[in-house]
Amino acid sequence: MSTTAAQKGGLGAAIWDYLTTVDHKKIAHLYLVAGGLFFLIGGLEAMLIRIQLMKPDNNFLAAGLYNEMITMHGTTMIFLAAMPLIFALMNAVVPLQIGARDVAFPFLNSLGFWLFLFGGLMLNVSWFTGGAPDAGWTNYAPLSTTSPGHGVDYYVMGLQISGAGTLIGGINFLVTIVNMRAPGMTYMRMPLFTWSTFVTSTLILFAFPALTVGLFLMMFDRMFGAAFFDVAKGGNVIIWEHLFWIFGHPEVYILILPLFGAFSDIFSTFSKKRLFGYSAMVFATVLIGFLGFMVWAHHMFTVGMGPIANSIFAVATMAIAVPTGIKIFNWLFTMWGGQIRMTSAMLWSVAFIPSFTIGGMTGVMLAAAAADFQYHDTYFVVGHFHYVIVGGVVFGIFAALHYWWPKMFGKVLNEKLGKLAFWPFFIGFHLTFFIQHFLGLMGMPRRYWVFLEGQGLEAGNMISTIGAFLMAIGSVIFLINVVYTAVKEKKVSGDPWDGRTLEWTMPSPPPHYNFVQTPLVRGLDPLWVEKTEGKEGMTPAEPLGDIHMPNASILPFTMSLGLFIAGFGFIYQTDDKTWLVAAVVGMAITLGSMLIRSLKDDLGHHIHKEELEEDIKKGVGK
Amino acid sequence: MSHEDVLNPKHMPHDPEKATLEGKNKFLAFWFFLGGETVLFASLFGTYIALNGSTAGENTPEHLFGLELVFLMTMMLLTSSLTSVYAMYHMKNHDFRKMQTWLAITVLLGLAFLGCEIYEFLHYVHEYEFTFGSSAFASAFYTLVGFHGGHVLFGLSWIVALMIRNQKRGLNLYNAPKFYVASLYWHFIDVVWVFIFTVVYLMGKVG
Amino acid sequence: MRGWMGKFRTLALFGALTLILSGCGVDNLSALKPKGYGAELLLDLMMISIAIMIFVFVIVMAIYAFVLIRYRQKKGQEHVIPKQTEGNKALEVIWTVIPIILLLVLAVPTVQATFDLADQSSQEDESAMTIEVTGNQYWWHFNYPKEEIAISQEMYIPTGERVYLNLKSSDVIHSFWLPSIAGKMDTNPGENMNTMYLEAYEEGVYWGHCAELCGPSHSLMDFRVVAVSPDKFEQWKEDMQNVDPEATPETTQAQEGQELFNNNCMSCHAIGGSSAGVGPNLTNFGNREKLAGIMEPSKENLVDWIVNPDEFKPGNNMPANIVGEEEASKIADYLLQLKHSDVGNDIPTKNTDK
Repeated sequence: MSTTAAQKGGLGAAIWDYLTTVDHKKIAHLYLVAGGLFFLIGGLEAMLIRIQLMKPDNNFLAAGLYNEMITMHGTTMIFLAAMPLIFALMNAVVPLQIGARDVAFPFLNSLGFWLFLFGGLMLNVSWFTGGAPDAGWTNYAPLSTTSPGHGVDYYVMGLQISGAGTLIGGINFLVTIVNMRAPGMTYMRMPLFTWSTFVTSTLILFAFPALTVGLFLMMFDRMFGAAFFDVAKGGNVIIWEHLFWIFGHPEVYILILPLFGAFSDIFSTFSKKRLFGYSAMVFATVLIGFLGFMVWAHHMFTVGMGPIANSIFAVATMAIAVPTGIKIFNWLFTMWGGQIRMTSAMLWSVAFIPSFTIGGMTGVMLAAAAADFQYHDTYFVVGHFHYVIVGGVVFGIFAALHYWWPKMFGKVLNEKLGKLAFWPFFIGFHLTFFIQHFLGLMGMPRRYWVFLEGQGLEAGNMISTIGAFLMAIGSVIFLINVVYTAVKEKKVSGDPWDGRTLEWTMPSPPPHYNFVQTPLVRGLDPLWVEKTEGKEGMTPAEPLGDIHMPNASILPFTMSLGLFIAGFGFIYQTDDKTWLVAAVVGMAITLGSMLIRSLKDDLGHHIHKEELEEDIKKGVGK
Repeated sequence: MSHEDVLNPKHMPHDPEKATLEGKNKFLAFWFFLGGETVLFASLFGTYIALNGSTAGENTPEHLFGLELVFLMTMMLLTSSLTSVYAMYHMKNHDFRKMQTWLAITVLLGLAFLGCEIYEFLHYVHEYEFTFGSSAFASAFYTLVGFHGGHVLFGLSWIVALMIRNQKRGLNLYNAPKFYVASLYWHFIDVVWVFIFTVVYLMGKVG
Repeated sequence: MRGWMGKFRTLALFGALTLILSGCGVDNLSALKPKGYGAELLLDLMMISIAIMIFVFVIVMAIYAFVLIRYRQKKGQEHVIPKQTEGNKALEVIWTVIPIILLLVLAVPTVQATFDLADQSSQEDESAMTIEVTGNQYWWHFNYPKEEIAISQEMYIPTGERVYLNLKSSDVIHSFWLPSIAGKMDTNPGENMNTMYLEAYEEGVYWGHCAELCGPSHSLMDFRVVAVSPDKFEQWKEDMQNVDPEATPETTQAQEGQELFNNNCMSCHAIGGSSAGVGPNLTNFGNREKLAGIMEPSKENLVDWIVNPDEFKPGNNMPANIVGEEEASKIADYLLQLKHSDVGNDIPTKNTDK
């Protein structure tokens, strides 16, 4: 068994363990480390951008390199940092919250991670092979289809591979939540984080295929001579914009909804109150997800869709403010009358409310189609979406990490350092992005390599850059905290926050089978229900018996590796046909691994009752 | 449920594909997957419709398409859908041999379809010089129909692999969901083809 | 820890700082200082939305501040269990219905403005003027089909009337943004032509930007719109229609430059009324406010530009070193004396141009 092997062996065994693991908790670690690393890379790119824009006519970065920088900053932050960090949280928490021993498809879970990682690596390899993609993260044709070099090819292949991983992850969580809930865990008793994971997974399922198609068209145009975006052959460049935003807008909600869920759990726990208006919150989440598909064209008001389409999409977009507002008020009233404990997790969550409210408000302003003729593609938009994504998603990730860190690693992140990281980041965030709204209206378009002297933009840009440095300082302190906690802090119990949901019923970190006995859920906030009746833990729903667990496998890794190799083949066959060998070899590795997977029976293994009894003696499962 | 029960069940239930948790998961996940595939094909159809008239002075749909062959292909694929239903019917009655036979017929029909499609494409390329890069319409046509053809090919390989793998040991609770899901995939491919037949060929010929 | 206080202070500080430091941006560039019909309409719409949003924000923040002060756990309350409220129907209805009403209040002027700016009803009128705008990497071409005038980089329009623009691109997508007059619209390649209109209230030289990423020199793709009174505009039209592309310059240096220009540059550039070419049309070059949209129009800059344009606009299509520095100097002399119309030169250039 993999876990015991890891305990016996040294580093090699540990690496092998992580390469082959199908345990959702370890996959969460992998997502966390990879996502964190890409977050640092994306952050570094952001710093370089801000240094370039520190003063007018600056020449710190060359024009071409600057475009690569903004493209990679956006792409990295969205696809390679925010998404995997969210998947880390979902993997670490969702099975525990619904009382499951693993996800529905542990093998696919691992495959999803490795696809994402190799896709992300592919994108970043471009830095070393002659230039990263440079057509913006939105990659509009024909700028992208005519971009020289292979940068955009890397964008296409990298996102295609990591997108497949995300899609697989989405389906996995959908099935997990539908089929694997513990007895009594009805839909309307699921914690909000699980609910939002459910809605997010649905969005992934229906949004990502549009991107897949867009990327295929782009790939065919660039690598195989198709003419989708070639106007000389009747192509139409607007198709890319539609496909991209049909994916891209739901993607925004894919990012924010899970954190809405996390905030709900955090507000509730640290106010010692059940969530105010639980059913309204669920309804609002579902509604936001649904409306998220109806509004993609609000990114395209200036494309020339005509006043009718513009008006429809404007009004539909405004409608999203209603369920979002419901959520804000419900959070406020969850805290109302509670006993608020200002832990680091709570601090990030509390800071989220005004920040995100500003982002939401500028969102409504942007929805006013005609006014978007001024806002569109200016720093106003940059300010808006950073308020939403940093003020919502990044604050949320920090909050959730502080909250669930003990569950993932058995230690509470140092509170003092946690707050020390918060303040520079929070102040820096507002310094960086608030002023950008004004810069945009004062005439500074987005994605500008330089701004000229004498346009009244100097002071604002300087402030923005100073803010960015403060954010960097905050991030570094958080990293120091991670190391400090690992070295200095003591192990804590399984329930350090006086928690309310199922993940707090087991030791931290949990045994790899999670629950010795599947718990019986008797209401919303199941652990709280038991606590109010004076019980220590959950009532089991089944007698102690053998537990069926999945086997570890290296195949997900090899499948993804094969696609990684094939990706290079596809990219470089346009220069030299011998590269097709790489494409063939790569695809052979992938398809061969798939064949092995389908021909070889994998029935998993059992953990026997005797082993469990021994674990219980050691204190597992209370 | 022990491994023994899964591989050699004493009693096969009526719905062997949904008898285990793994089977249920697979069944549900596949429906979700088909939901995603629907969006994928919807996007391809959208692209095709948008580029339908963008022939850049090259071959137009009216000029290219002949309905006879396509009609034959449609019949083949629809029939193969029916034969795969028979196969699943026999699976539910635990008659492994008959299931294999009907699956084999399904595969043959699928292969015939694929052969026709390859012939069709080659015909366009050689007779009309209508290639992938001729016009935006050409790219959209080959991409949409080709994606479907790729799905047919994948579905065929999948069913054949399942048939060979399980030929000796017959039906059990471990492979029943696999067969079932493969047949679902096959139905999906058929449904997509009905839309292709209508939107690409019929509307192309009439419009 | 007084979290919320710090937050408010910083927020208030930002607001104040922003306004003090920069006012509302510079004249003739900022969307916050409208000088034309579209920009004014849009600023009004923004103000309505800002007012509604500030109203909402104030309410949210009031509740927020109250909750955070009142319900912080105090010393000795660690074991207090608060009442577990499930929700409140009345409250939930209130914060669903009121936002809907507020959004409707915003939706009505939004739809009105959207249709207003898309109005093309008078474009076909006899008196209406339409200018064909073409975005190129990284310059703008303006063609007046009825008037048979072609010019690049600096567009001339009469004040007080609607001028329609038909926008297209010759390569990648650009976006024509004239913040102080009318907002923006994309220029697409191929069939997807867009139309918008400009209506400037007063004379002025207005700054425009490209607002859609179009390559390395995206940020250097500026243009000017010169609005002059209708009388002056008639004069400009006449001047431009009477341009003699072959006119002999006065100095010998410039005459030599003309010959060099004709031999080396005319395959891409033009002088006089041809429609969009490979490179910018250089009619009235000597009166341009900026060189290549971004630089001071000095001879020194022009010579440097002719010899190595890539240094100023990375990735642009004009080849370097077609001519040497000496020849470039002659060409510069020729180009700088191309002053076909002095209409608009009397507009006092506003604070931004040195």
